[in-house]
Amino acid sequence: MTIQFNDETFRDDYSFYNSDRAIKRFPFPFHEDSYMYSVNMEQHRGGPVDSIYEKRFDVDEHYLSEMRDRAMVLADDPLRCQSLPHMTLAGWDLLELIMVSKSEDYPDLFELHRDGNKWRWINKPMGIDDTFTFLDEATLPYGPMEYITRQAQGDFAVLDQRDDNLWMDAGMITTQADWSLDFDLGMNFFEWHAPVPLAHEKGIFIRALKFLLNIQQGAPARRLNWTMTVNPLLDTSPENYHKWGVQKTEIAPENLGSKQHLRVELQTFFRLPRSNALVFPIRCYLCSFQDLMTVPKWGRRLHRVIRDLPEELATYKGFIDNRPMMLDYLSKFDDGQPTSDGIWPDLETEPALKK
Amino acid sequence: MSKFDFPTSILSRPVYGTLEPRPGAAHLFIADAHGAEAILDVAGVDTSLMAKAHVIYLPNGEGYGDALRALKPAKYYEGPSYPASVQRIRKAFADAKMGLQVYLAGTEGLIGQAQNEAMQAGIPHTAIQTEHRGSTARRMQCVHCKGITENVETDPFVCAHCGLNLFVRDHYSRRLAAYQGVCIDAEDPGNVPAAKGIYE
Repeated sequence: MTIQFNDETFRDDYSFYNSDRAIKRFPFPFHEDSYMYSVNMEQHRGGPVDSIYEKRFDVDEHYLSEMRDRAMVLADDPLRCQSLPHMTLAGWDLLELIMVSKSEDYPDLFELHRDGNKWRWINKPMGIDDTFTFLDEATLPYGPMEYITRQAQGDFAVLDQRDDNLWMDAGMITTQADWSLDFDLGMNFFEWHAPVPLAHEKGIFIRALKFLLNIQQGAPARRLNWTMTVNPLLDTSPENYHKWGVQKTEIAPENLGSKQHLRVELQTFFRLPRSNALVFPIRCYLCSFQDLMTVPKWGRRLHRVIRDLPEELATYKGFIDNRPMMLDYLSKFDDGQPTSDGIWPDLETEPALKK
Repeated sequence: MSKFDFPTSILSRPVYGTLEPRPGAAHLFIADAHGAEAILDVAGVDTSLMAKAHVIYLPNGEGYGDALRALKPAKYYEGPSYPASVQRIRKAFADAKMGLQVYLAGTEGLIGQAQNEAMQAGIPHTAIQTEHRGSTARRMQCVHCKGITENVETDPFVCAHCGLNLFVRDHYSRRLAAYQGVCIDAEDPGNVPAAKGIYE
């Protein structure tokens, strides 16, 4: 289908919005009425038609506006994109993976023409038509990782694999849930996850690392993660926290439905062929509470999940202070009826809200 | 000075051991202030170490210089500050041959920065011995302006560069040789709790 790209902002006047289509395909992250950390990994081999799982790299109505926001973040702070010297080959691997995937999955939007190492890349939505020599950095305006991730939604962490560990040695990180690439660059899997509460004790990271170390070429994996964000702000970086943190206090009962957003990350994992690095795209989807409440199942479930979430997690995810107000709002959408299993909206089969 | 027992913390926070003699072609010791005590201790365990040792010591007002010199290390240097000594430290790593043993002792700031130089010279951090002695002050990076504030003893503290009030995290970067400082009053500007010692 042809995508209508929104003209919207993720800062200042926050004109971001989700169409009805975007709401229905929103990756609601709770498959049951409660939540606790788990590795929750599955193969990334497509999914229901028009779902965010269908393509290897989902392109949606926010594409052009997200890329505009990324360019603004990078202009303000170039340290959001860094690559240690040994990661350049992984950057080329990533460029190839994205160009091949997008040109195959969205032939009406992207084209890749290859003649040996002479490559021509056409990105129609962004108006790009570049010819370059594969593996020759001098022929691109940026390094290969930066070049292609300025044209792909979501953050990208590129992980080196050595000593039975993964190392955060490169990345394009501008839509992050409050972590700093510049600070975490060069850390191993356990170190960059060190601040996460509860999950270490549960052995989550040991199991997750074992799984990730064994991901093979052509067999990517995926999982969902989530947090909360006030206003549709993509750049919730620690670097700018002193600027955006105060927005959390602007939540009031009258505006909560439109200002409070569920922030969901579709995390995917691909083995890269030449470098044996692992690329970890972290794609951020935002949806306001009021839009989520248009799906009766999600209204019921979100209330139950937020109500029963352990305090440590609500603190870590940064919404402990606003939780009572969120629950006041959400409780109106929970009539106590049971919910169906799984994350899908099930609009045809789930009952409407009982008043 | 007795050794400080750091509370158990998150996995990115460095842990320090006790220097012990290891067989090696050469021995490089870098220490500041009370870190000299760790050198004196390990030199006492194996009296043959010093004949092949290069000792770089930053007294920072502590009077261990004579005691270290009396160990008769093959090379001895005393520097007035870390920045004044860093070129010499880099040269020591650049000149290093296979079989060098590295021993770092003293404050976390000294250990972290010297370890970083060793890593840049290609020595894996896991191959470097470290022992904490003396001040528990931290080297902090402001996540907002990226400026480093040395010798931070209180939480919160004021960034020496941008002036924001920062709280002290245990999250640590070997690449930056610093802990992370994050604005403490971002969600309630002006509401800054009274500063207290980091381990109080």
